[in-house]
Amino acid sequence: MRFHPSEEQLAIQDAVRRTLADVWPNERLHAFVDGEADFDGESWQALMAMGLGGLLVPEDQGGAGLGLLDAAMVAEVAGQAAAAGPLAAQMIAAMIVSKSTNGAAKAHLAGIASGEQVVTLAFGGDWLPETWGATPEAGKVRFVQSAAAAHLFVLGTAGGGIALVEAGEGVAIEPVASSDRTRRLSTVTFSGAKAQQLFEPGDPFVARIFDAVLVLTAADALGGAQYCVDLSVGYAKEREQFGQPIGRFQALKHQLAQMALEVEPARALMWYAGYAHDANLPDASRAAAMAKAHIADRFVSVARAAIAAHGGIGYTWEYGLNNWFRRSLFDRAAFGSPTVHRGRAADMAGW
Amino acid sequence: MDLSYGAEAETFRTEVRDFLRERWQPGALRGAELKDYIRAFRLRATEAGYLYRAIPKEFGGAEQPADVVRAQVIREEFGRARAPMEITGNGMNMLVPTLLERGTPEQKALFIRQTMSGDYQWGQGYSEPGTGSDLASVRTKAELVGDEWVINGQKIWTSQGDRATHMFALVRTEPQASKHAGISYLLIDLDQPGVTRRPIKQMTGESGFFEFFFDNARSPASWLVGERGDGWNVSRTTLKHERASIGSAAGLGGQFDKLVELAQEVTRNGRPAIQDPEIRQALTRIEGYVMAHRYSSYRLFSLAASGEEGGLVQLMMKLLLTETGHEMALAAQELIGDEALIEPAPAGTRGRGPEKWLNQIMGSLGNSIAGGTTNIQRNIIAERGLGLPRDLAMEVGK
Repeated sequence: MRFHPSEEQLAIQDAVRRTLADVWPNERLHAFVDGEADFDGESWQALMAMGLGGLLVPEDQGGAGLGLLDAAMVAEVAGQAAAAGPLAAQMIAAMIVSKSTNGAAKAHLAGIASGEQVVTLAFGGDWLPETWGATPEAGKVRFVQSAAAAHLFVLGTAGGGIALVEAGEGVAIEPVASSDRTRRLSTVTFSGAKAQQLFEPGDPFVARIFDAVLVLTAADALGGAQYCVDLSVGYAKEREQFGQPIGRFQALKHQLAQMALEVEPARALMWYAGYAHDANLPDASRAAAMAKAHIADRFVSVARAAIAAHGGIGYTWEYGLNNWFRRSLFDRAAFGSPTVHRGRAADMAGW
Repeated sequence: MDLSYGAEAETFRTEVRDFLRERWQPGALRGAELKDYIRAFRLRATEAGYLYRAIPKEFGGAEQPADVVRAQVIREEFGRARAPMEITGNGMNMLVPTLLERGTPEQKALFIRQTMSGDYQWGQGYSEPGTGSDLASVRTKAELVGDEWVINGQKIWTSQGDRATHMFALVRTEPQASKHAGISYLLIDLDQPGVTRRPIKQMTGESGFFEFFFDNARSPASWLVGERGDGWNVSRTTLKHERASIGSAAGLGGQFDKLVELAQEVTRNGRPAIQDPEIRQALTRIEGYVMAHRYSSYRLFSLAASGEEGGLVQLMMKLLLTETGHEMALAAQELIGDEALIEPAPAGTRGRGPEKWLNQIMGSLGNSIAGGTTNIQRNIIAERGLGLPRDLAMEVGK
């Protein structure tokens, strides 16, 4: 019985954390936020050089052969650092292609795993597979991250299938002003794009893919929430008012304890959702929905509390905390809101 | 990660199961016969190494190496067979571990076996009317007169105070010393003329706690545990042996399941409340916390099994339990609706309706006070867990 991270998992998290500290320091994050690009090549290459693209690809197909829980732990660190991505999409896409039997799609696997081919998710509809409506032939998908940089799109096709669509002819990209400036979105219009269908509508594997996306989104939110707690606690130890660190005042101390209370226990929920998925437990899908709903909400709550705990500086653009607040907007809304997933969880419980 | 216990534990499970099949056959026994049977069963289970694992053999324990996985398997199998586990309560949870670590040979010989058998039942004598969160400010006094401690003062919030035969108490023995250094840990026989006990009627109408008045009560000089003036540290000796258990989360999960059942039983807008979208949201919102609590208890169990510290999350479990309990109370209040206007009949009474939830609704408030108030929990999380500076008032008070 083991239900805490292994040495190996901690080492992977540590390596990703150190890489991001090098290639994605605050100055670069700020430059990215103030710029227009929807992709950061330098940090991407550094992460891909670690083999993260192939993390979920079986070893006999050239990947690391790790599980969703491991990927979630990586996504957590990326969320903590407010990395630009689309890291989670890349890991999922490589996993999807590795499971597919479509030879033409399979040809892309090496490029995806190495990160040379950037892949993003284009689900559309109201996020849930049964609401997907586009096809490579025709359709418009909103809220696609890093679309301008993407070489490939994992398109959610009408009725709940998955296609791998190549960028270029038949794919038109229209950037939108995005509230989360670390994850820039576009509206993508498909019209006779080159594509391979990977999974037909109704294939049970599609639901599993969607669950995996929920778990990684929850993990990103967990990391972001952790950042908000850490930054606030650090600030409370340094900032002095009335001749003492503000962290000595019980009112603030209790706010910070409450923030930590929202985040730390939720970590084990994220782990369970990842573990349940990897072990194919009967409640895996419900755990994914619950983790996404609960942890995205915690991120929103903690990001708000962090700004309150900081006072004026937290409200400024320069300090940068607002970037995590904005990421909490993304993690809450993307792939279905907490309300949607709680509704699904209630249904799945048979209530 | 892996939630299975492993082959070694499963072999052990078979062994425990076989033992129970053979040895736990109470059949139709009732009353005194059943009591004797249970007493004999506990002895056998201890000999087999299943109960009183942390207690040395010389005091009648099983003296087994700490193994949280085995302890968990034992709890699960005894639970499944509905076989009695160890005697629980303050005596086993708090006093015996303290005596094992700090007691004299005489104290160990006098108290450990009797506590294990349930012949001695212990009340905790820490809180006083003027001493709540600031526990080190206790004023109950003990003076050494000849070879006896003479005790005067008042203790409060003693649970199971009606059944308690003895008390372990924090008393002031060194009035000249500083606040913490003036306290000693003293054992008191409650069956003597100088002791008066009185139940405290709670807001629920029940009496789960007692207060004790000491008017020249006496204890032998040798009943002081540890050094004079070191009672504060003695009282912090806690049981580490196999303390982690997955069962600790079962209470919250069980209560949540009952809340779901309530939502299935009562109606809202003319249909089962569970079908109401608002109720479904409220329940799953609470369930997020219930799951976080459950899997955090797995995490703590796993850490304990590999000999690691629980860290920040361990400091949070009580507060998380309390706050989730509050959320459930509010949800239950919404679900029972107008039935909240009915005073519930006492627990165990037949035919109680949804109004019985009032006990949980009020009881959840007790949780935010007992065993360290919610504000004290937040201090602990912030200071010990997050490393924030200690409150100046507390520094001064020290």
